[in-house]
Amino acid sequence: MASAPQSHRKLRFHILRYNPAKADDEPRIQTYELEEAPGMTLFIALTEIREKQDPSLQFDFVCRAGICGSCGMMINGRPSLACRSVTQSFPDDIWLAPLPVFELIGDLSVNTGKWMRGMSEKLETWVHMKQEELDFKRIEAPMDPALAEEIYELDRCIECGCCVAGCGTARMREDFVGAVALNKIARFRLDPRDDRTDEDFYELVGDDNGVFGCMSLLGCHDVCPKQLPLQTQIAFLRRKMVAQGTKG
Amino acid sequence: MKIVHTDVLVIGGGLAGLRLAIGAKRRGHDAIILSLVPAKRSHSKAAQGGMQASLGNVAKGQGDNEDVHFEDTVRGSDWGADQEVVRMFVNTAPKAVRELAAWGVPWSRVRKGDRTVIINGQKVTITERDEAQGLVAQRDFGGTKKWRTCYAADGTGHAMINAVADQAIADSIPVHERMEALALIHDGNRCYGAVVRDLITGEVSAYVATATAVCTGGAGRVYRTTTNAVICEGIGHALALETGASALGNMEAIQFHPTGIFPAGILVTEGCRGDGGLLKDVDGHRFMPDYEPEKKELASRDVVSRRMEEHIKKGKGHQSRFGTHLWLDITLLGEKHIHTNLREVWDICHYFLGVDPVKEMIPVRPAQHYTMGGVRTDASGQSPTLKGLFSAGEASCWDMHGFNRLGGNSVAETVVAGMIVGESVADYCDAIANAPTVPMGLVREFVEREQAKLAQFTKAGGKEDASVIKGEMQDLMTAKVGIFRTGADLEEAVDKLQKLLVRSRAIGLRSPTLGANPELVTAYRVQRMLKVALTVAYGAAVRTESRGAHFREDHPRRNDAEWLKRTLATWKGESDTLPTLAYEPLDVGRMELPPGWRGYGAKDYLDHPDTPARQQAVEAIRAQHANDRFAMQAALMPYEHLLPPVLRGRNERIDEKF
Ligand SMILES: Cc1cc2nc3c(=O)[nH]c(=O)nc-3n(C[C@H](O)[C@H](O)[C@H](O)COP(=O)(O)OP(=O)(O)OC[C@H]3O[C@@H](n4cnc5c(N)ncnc54)[C@H](O)[C@@H]3O)c2cc1C
Repeated sequence: MASAPQSHRKLRFHILRYNPAKADDEPRIQTYELEEAPGMTLFIALTEIREKQDPSLQFDFVCRAGICGSCGMMINGRPSLACRSVTQSFPDDIWLAPLPVFELIGDLSVNTGKWMRGMSEKLETWVHMKQEELDFKRIEAPMDPALAEEIYELDRCIECGCCVAGCGTARMREDFVGAVALNKIARFRLDPRDDRTDEDFYELVGDDNGVFGCMSLLGCHDVCPKQLPLQTQIAFLRRKMVAQGTKG
Repeated sequence: MKIVHTDVLVIGGGLAGLRLAIGAKRRGHDAIILSLVPAKRSHSKAAQGGMQASLGNVAKGQGDNEDVHFEDTVRGSDWGADQEVVRMFVNTAPKAVRELAAWGVPWSRVRKGDRTVIINGQKVTITERDEAQGLVAQRDFGGTKKWRTCYAADGTGHAMINAVADQAIADSIPVHERMEALALIHDGNRCYGAVVRDLITGEVSAYVATATAVCTGGAGRVYRTTTNAVICEGIGHALALETGASALGNMEAIQFHPTGIFPAGILVTEGCRGDGGLLKDVDGHRFMPDYEPEKKELASRDVVSRRMEEHIKKGKGHQSRFGTHLWLDITLLGEKHIHTNLREVWDICHYFLGVDPVKEMIPVRPAQHYTMGGVRTDASGQSPTLKGLFSAGEASCWDMHGFNRLGGNSVAETVVAGMIVGESVADYCDAIANAPTVPMGLVREFVEREQAKLAQFTKAGGKEDASVIKGEMQDLMTAKVGIFRTGADLEEAVDKLQKLLVRSRAIGLRSPTLGANPELVTAYRVQRMLKVALTVAYGAAVRTESRGAHFREDHPRRNDAEWLKRTLATWKGESDTLPTLAYEPLDVGRMELPPGWRGYGAKDYLDHPDTPARQQAVEAIRAQHANDRFAMQAALMPYEHLLPPVLRGRNERIDEKF
């Protein structure tokens, strides 16, 4: 496939490098030059830089198909998935930095996994069932097909962290749960298999670290790579929580 | 030396590992899961199309049951599967879907009444029954007689792993993320856990456990063109192989998926064809009916992939700047269907190809997709040769897939095997005899050995480049150990892989640090990957027949007389450059479905000498129990005793009410 090189663009990748594990390391911008290839994604480009130019460069890719949410990073200032960002859509200079808010592992790699697990534990993001003893030999409980689709819609979150990185509140308030969490609460609230009531959800998100911390800046909504309806969900949840709060 | 103790060490946080850990934990045993990445980012996430389970809710699934699912799976495997295991699997799959439904998976549901679908290029109206309203829906998939594949739009694996990973959090099961198992600790008879490296700090520690389960997924990245995630490097396979005691089964059985997008190899689901999409050539001609008049685009994957490559060889491929490909046409499904049921496909086409599949055809060509082979286990999921070592999911050779697995049977296997093997692991831990008497000297020895190997890379000043060796291996595997195989190609591959393995022992690093260091990771993994690649290539070179996905141009017939047996590969000595192969015969005399024609693909095969007698015996039993399928099955091949008691029992359906 190595066809004769045509006149491809020379791209310059300016990457924020920092390895917190190294005692004497300082954050710095390092620039790598790379010839663009047709159909090149940031996954292809960064892999090539690591293989050919700098084996120490840290970043995370897993599915490289926009499905797993591993490769969120700041691309020219905007939180996005690197694997499905094609270089063609950028100018010659591409600036890459790790997602803010999350713990930095090194260079472009951040610990979203740890953050998400903490959020899940705190907000109990699983279906809370009353009767534990279900008999799975029996036909399953029916569900309205439209409702199943609605739940799936919110379940499409890939926990990439872009919404948190794009959120004004999250940057100021360390304990803010973020759109990812509020979307999950909206998802479980919708799910008839979850026995929790609005009272329970209010306990979880009825404060300034939860749904009342959102300043409606729409950052999350704009950057969500799965186009989840985050703003509508948060607004809806806030109305429900206000109603619950005033109930007492 | 840091040592972590647990009852159950689960290596792998994909669907199989998560479900297994939940099972063991619910039986009162502490479990720790290790994963290279956060659990939800495991490759199970990428499964799009669905999960097979014979619920029979949709009209086109009516009449489906365990028997039909069993036959489809055995035929799909080209009789390579362990039929008792297939029985255990098909009987548990409906329970697994229902459990997942209770855990919150938003399965797509049946809408009663008329709906229009595309079958064989034509619009057809199907009427769903009133009683089915709101039950879990099924779609069509390759190699199945009934519509059996349950799905959540085209994000099935995503929705499944969300629910299962969340249950694991609910059950307080720790997932130690970014932790890589480097070696199993064992004394040749029994496994005591693993040596583990922290990918963030580089620290090496020991995880000591009563039971250890390898649930590390596939090995697709030994190939260049693959649908697999970049972490599917077969390290779990290598862990078992390097013990010298546990074997890998049927590693030459590698599946190629017909529709990897070209050239990136990212998958678009079989659901595209299941829902009515067509394969077309350079002339826009739908060519599959020419080759497979009966199943057309929906023959099993091995057959469709071969037919596509055959058609390309005839000059019917489309030439692009990257090479030759064919087309997948889903435009006939319409905008609404694509935007609701094939959204991930739309996303992938949009972002990676700049193609709108509502209006344009998708460039596709077969790509490596699935590793049928794996850690050989018995029906309970335990290694028959290394006590305390278990395996489940794609990493295992439990053996329900034989030489070709059906679409939708894999995510089904992960949860079903997780349920079954989770119980086995708990039983093993319960048995007093297994109370860990851990030889701490051995643990220390294993940790020090791995530390020394790592230090070797940074100190010895080797001159070989790990990523160059890796690239050569991947190119070789794709070029020589692919869809069409010949003795000459395979021998060349084996020879070159051995040389690469020798070279890999002299890898040096440009950035020689032991902490977080991607180059070091590539270095130690590529040595292991080469061993795994050699089990594939060498197994394929020796197997002089064609079966399922293993196709030899120089031996195009399935040969039951000589090859109705499972390959077992072990790695005997550190300095060896080849695995040692042994063979485990499959007993025709006990098969519920004796070998025959699959119903698609070549009709040409050599019978096993025992087949005619078994066929006769089977027919007699069938005649005797003609009106009771359960009695018939029990007389043909009893298997229920192999299932954990909690998972036994029939499955209710609309047409089989309790
Ligand atoms: C693109 C794609 C689409 C698919 N679609 C379908 C489908 O529609 N239907 C279907 O039935 N099947 C499908 N499959 C197959 C199916 O998804 C996989 O076979 C299945 O999900 C594998 O699950 P698993 O739990 O065995 O492994 P995985 O989900 O791959 O998980 C492996 C785990 O092991 C961990 N791991 C690996 N090595 C180590 C190590 N050394 N130390 C510690 N941890 C380690 C990883 O971090 C990961 O957590 C698809 C596969 C692909 C590639």
